[in-house]
Amino acid sequence: MAKRSFLIPGVDKRLLIKDSLKTMPDLTRRRFIAGGASLGALTLLTGCDVVDSSSAEEMLKQVSKFNDAVQSFIFNPDALAPTFPESAITKPFPFNAYYDLDDAPDVDGKDWKLEVRGLVDNKKSWTLDELYQLPQVTQITRHICVEGWSAIGSWTGTPLRDFLKLIGADTRAKYVWFQCADKDGYNSPLDMRSALHPQTQMTFKYANEILPRAYGFPMKIRVPTKLGFKNPKYVVSMEVTNDYKGGYWEDQGYNSFSGS
Amino acid sequence: MSSLTVTDEQVSATPAKVIQPAWVRVMHWINALAMILMILSGWQIYNASPLFGFSFPREYTLGGWLGGGLLWHFAAMWLLMINGLAYLITGFATGRFRKKLLPITPSGVLHDVRAALTFKLGHDDLTVYNYVQRLLYAGIIVVGVLIVLSGLGMWKPVQLYYLVMLFGDYPTARYVHFFCMAAICAFLVIHVLLALLVPKSLRAMIIGR
Repeated sequence: MAKRSFLIPGVDKRLLIKDSLKTMPDLTRRRFIAGGASLGALTLLTGCDVVDSSSAEEMLKQVSKFNDAVQSFIFNPDALAPTFPESAITKPFPFNAYYDLDDAPDVDGKDWKLEVRGLVDNKKSWTLDELYQLPQVTQITRHICVEGWSAIGSWTGTPLRDFLKLIGADTRAKYVWFQCADKDGYNSPLDMRSALHPQTQMTFKYANEILPRAYGFPMKIRVPTKLGFKNPKYVVSMEVTNDYKGGYWEDQGYNSFSGS
Repeated sequence: MSSLTVTDEQVSATPAKVIQPAWVRVMHWINALAMILMILSGWQIYNASPLFGFSFPREYTLGGWLGGGLLWHFAAMWLLMINGLAYLITGFATGRFRKKLLPITPSGVLHDVRAALTFKLGHDDLTVYNYVQRLLYAGIIVVGVLIVLSGLGMWKPVQLYYLVMLFGDYPTARYVHFFCMAAICAFLVIHVLLALLVPKSLRAMIIGR
């Protein structure tokens, strides 16, 4: 069946819709966008497959933002992730990244410093030896990947909230934004309430051994109340900020809150 | 579309003829859409980390990649949950579940299964469900509740910890979620096949009579 096409070859349909939106009077535009939420209207308007139409994408983005708000609303700062006995630890604990282990960042612990930026009183950088002096606790919790699989691991480090207090962070700020040593510049924002959760940890050890390269040497942020991709490895800096700065996976469409 | 909008006046004017009331029809088709979106996006999510030694063909998945599948899944879930909850409340409140789905007796089911397999099961009165229908419809409601509870548990294994506990642990909830999906797909095949074999039942679900 031949599809009627009013489009000029080479013209991007999405741009065309965007441009025509601009020329519409305000009220019409609002109605157009509101109408775009219905699947039937979408098919009629774009004349193309609903699934890859830009209006559907926009609608999904809005629902994802709504889901962020819902998750933030039901987040209980006192609800603890279940902990397990050592016998429950998954062996071997999987290495997981969008690259092979050979391509993982190979950080020299002697040169490495944790940079601290943003809304904090003390912006001094921290060496690994200095961080190792801080009191540490161990947790055995389940790591849940956005892909669906999960694994139980043993993590040792300093509760992030203790460190935030130590550096005089403004804990009324909205996010702690982490940047990592990955060559594509992995980064991820963590909402402040999750950052202050008692189990959120600056992790220096896995299974009581110095964190191996596979799991994020020299420092990983372990957040058992978040999906795995919001547990950044190879962390090089943290910034306390009110701005949403996006994240490696968040920008590609993973739900930003992604809480468990 | 105009045939879907039967007004209350029309319904009450011809009470004897109505097989499926308007609320059942509206909720049925919303549920059909929500289920299809959930299944196709769910297959996309499954493919990211398969539980078994197979993946679903890409052509039958929604979202293009894991991130897109997740966006669809967590958008369509609202449609499924709100519509499903409204259906359960209305079904109990109006007494429809009690009147249409009960009783379900083993002897009744056996009798009707035998009749169905020998093509002797009559469909003269569509307002009364036979025992096979009762069992399947009541069963799929239970599966629907289970798939939502296991899904919510997997979505929020810390905040809704008691839901995960209901199934044992997180990995078990994943398997429960998968097998509920499989049960719904099996139901869907039989359900669509039978609706096509008895077209007047399909008409009743569209125009009500």
